[in-house]
Amino acid sequence: MTFEPRIVGFLCNWCSYAGADLAGVSRISYPTNIRIIRLMCSGRVDPVFVLETLANGADGVMVMGCHPADCHYVEGNLQAERKIKMLKKLIARTGLEPERLRLEWVSASEGGRFAELVKDFTDQIKALGPSSLAGEKPDPNILEDLLAAKAAAGDFRLRVLVGREKGMIDDGNVYGEEISQEELDKVMDEAIAAEYIRNKIYFMVRKEPLSVKELSKRLGLNPQTVLRHIVVMRRRGMVTVDRVEGTTPTYAALEVGR
Amino acid sequence: MFVCHCGINIGGVVNVPEVVKYAITLPNVVYSEENLYTCSSEGLSKIKEGIEKHNLNRVIVASCTPRTHEPLFRATCEEAGVNKYLFEMANIRDQCSWAHMHEPKEATEKAKDLVRMAVAKARLLKPQEEPEIEVAPSALIIGGGISGMTAGLCLAGQGFKVYLVEKEPELGGMLRHLHKLYPTMVDASEGLNKIVEAVKQNKSIEVWTSTVIKQVKGFIGNFDVSVQRETEEPANFRVGTIIVATGADVFEPVGMYGYEKYDNVIIQLQLEQLLKDGQLKKPERVVMIQCTGAREEKERTYCSRICCMTALKNALLIKELHPETDIYILFRDLQTYGKEYEEWHRMAQDRGVKFIKYALEKPPEVVTGHNGRLTVDVYHALLGEQVQIESDLVVLSTPLVQHEDARELSQMLKVPLGPDGFFFEAHVKLRPIDFATDGIYVCGTAHSPKDTAESVSQALGVASRAAIPMAVKRLRTEAITSMVDEGLCSGCGTCVSICPYGAIQKDEKGVARVTAVVCKGCGTCAASCPEKAITMRHFTDEQVIAQALAALGRAFA
Repeated sequence: MTFEPRIVGFLCNWCSYAGADLAGVSRISYPTNIRIIRLMCSGRVDPVFVLETLANGADGVMVMGCHPADCHYVEGNLQAERKIKMLKKLIARTGLEPERLRLEWVSASEGGRFAELVKDFTDQIKALGPSSLAGEKPDPNILEDLLAAKAAAGDFRLRVLVGREKGMIDDGNVYGEEISQEELDKVMDEAIAAEYIRNKIYFMVRKEPLSVKELSKRLGLNPQTVLRHIVVMRRRGMVTVDRVEGTTPTYAALEVGR
Repeated sequence: MFVCHCGINIGGVVNVPEVVKYAITLPNVVYSEENLYTCSSEGLSKIKEGIEKHNLNRVIVASCTPRTHEPLFRATCEEAGVNKYLFEMANIRDQCSWAHMHEPKEATEKAKDLVRMAVAKARLLKPQEEPEIEVAPSALIIGGGISGMTAGLCLAGQGFKVYLVEKEPELGGMLRHLHKLYPTMVDASEGLNKIVEAVKQNKSIEVWTSTVIKQVKGFIGNFDVSVQRETEEPANFRVGTIIVATGADVFEPVGMYGYEKYDNVIIQLQLEQLLKDGQLKKPERVVMIQCTGAREEKERTYCSRICCMTALKNALLIKELHPETDIYILFRDLQTYGKEYEEWHRMAQDRGVKFIKYALEKPPEVVTGHNGRLTVDVYHALLGEQVQIESDLVVLSTPLVQHEDARELSQMLKVPLGPDGFFFEAHVKLRPIDFATDGIYVCGTAHSPKDTAESVSQALGVASRAAIPMAVKRLRTEAITSMVDEGLCSGCGTCVSICPYGAIQKDEKGVARVTAVVCKGCGTCAASCPEKAITMRHFTDEQVIAQALAALGRAFA
């Protein structure tokens, strides 16, 4: 049997959903794989929605909004763009392919464009093959990666950075200093890497208490880096010392504070 | 669950009975039926019947797109005593049967999935109340040109209080600088003076000249406006609606075709002034260059709409004064649109005005000739060769452009500017003079280049749009808004900075608070809140995720 991907689309009501309607009204056919969720604005797409959808076995996720400067809500689409940019970097750290997520702009008059994009994405996903998380037996390691990514995307730090990105570029930071996109990208990349690893650690020690040494072995990171993360995680109330074996403490996850 | 055949539109592709049977197996679905046309009066009464008989507290119609039919079905639910926000639609026509006509089996499977997704959401729907607000019977009109004054007189005539704010010391706007108006050739000042007098005499209109808008807060029905006249103390008033009639500037083509370098290269607006003052010395030969700085490949890509007619009008006026003057109009495309204006083109040809078409890639060049005269060097597309025209006056037709301070106003009012810089309406066809923000409207050249008659029509249009909420006095606003859980909010202010409408402010406790009537319901705040303290009504996290799980065939209940 040929592989028929399951694709979930998050579409804004005003442009892309209307574009999808127009494709139908114009009787333009496209692959049947996509299942569309209507939102008022692409800006409504919480990064957690995308990761939850991928974690539950979607082979692909399409987010569609109005073209830049056409957003019904002024610039919700640009907020969506920043979220998707962050998400692609975050997904790239997991065992899942970031190409499974795509953002596109479709206006209410672009029924043809909508159909083409859906076909193109469906073909791309077909070529990529089924998601490791699809079906009854998802890959447990990649699933754990996705849970860590989802937790990172749901946490304060990445959300503040993404939410404040535009404001910081337009108006500078709280000290009134100008910040370039490149500088901000660097901060964002570091934050994504750190938050992802911290949540990976969290899910690892939730299963069994582990030492820094053991964690660094499993994550392929040097122990000092892991220790720095542990310090931050302790401060945030994510982990605590479980017991000390000889001189080596092992850490366990805390449910509280999460 | 009401599954619609839509005649053969759905039923001809999707196996509707199978979808109906499938729906009843889904969690919480207690009743499922098929209709030939659910939106017919028969179909609607079946919904009401179903609600009554089966005591339904959620209704789903699987049919066409909610973009067209949701209001109708919502109203039906409401009539049968079910809150209209407890209604959900599955789009199995526009996004299923019509798009997958040749794949009935897959289309039926997709229809089932869409129905399952609708059930997943409907289970979690909550009834919503639409807040009711009072509308102050007064309007702020920004801009005292022909558009603003026309709208003001119209609103005042309907009994509303009008605050007319003009930044210049005098009313009149662009019309004060124009000579005659096409197609009637009446003096611009003649019509203008009457209107200015009428505005000044009208007791319902408060005129504020030399005044700028300092601040606008609030929302439809209750805008708090602060204005300042020169060095005076700021004045405040409350208005129900706001009309943007700020007009436009004329583009200054600095560095183009010798403008500012040669005294006898001027723009049409300067020519108008010369004609108006009777100061135009008889020129031997005039060359007008159309589309100067307009319809370019970037920046001002648009057609300014009025320049072709302005050039024809001024050419004919010069011919009237000085019949021997040679006039050339260099154009890319001459657009004398509408029922009256083509005749002007013929009239100009009859009177000997010469037209030369030039190409965007080969624009004319203006160089100095002898005796201070200019030579216009242009590639004549029809002759296929360069032509030199010696001339003692070059007139550049430049487009209308947005004022430089428009961005400030756009940010203050939270209304957008389009890519061309002009104020951007809510919908180009269906809501051409409303902004997406309720209670704020746009007319005249602030919106796009247009002539006086068109500006007046639009001004009358906005006056009637703005009069609606003020005449109704009370109105219900959107229930699909966001709300903040005070217990979770850390006061970080991310939502405050993100909201494009300024609907979220921090209160005295430092906690974010949504002004529901200002919120337009995009949900960007909820998707961005670092503490996940914001709930987007009718599109909650739980509802959206339940739909996604249902789409993937995972358990959602």
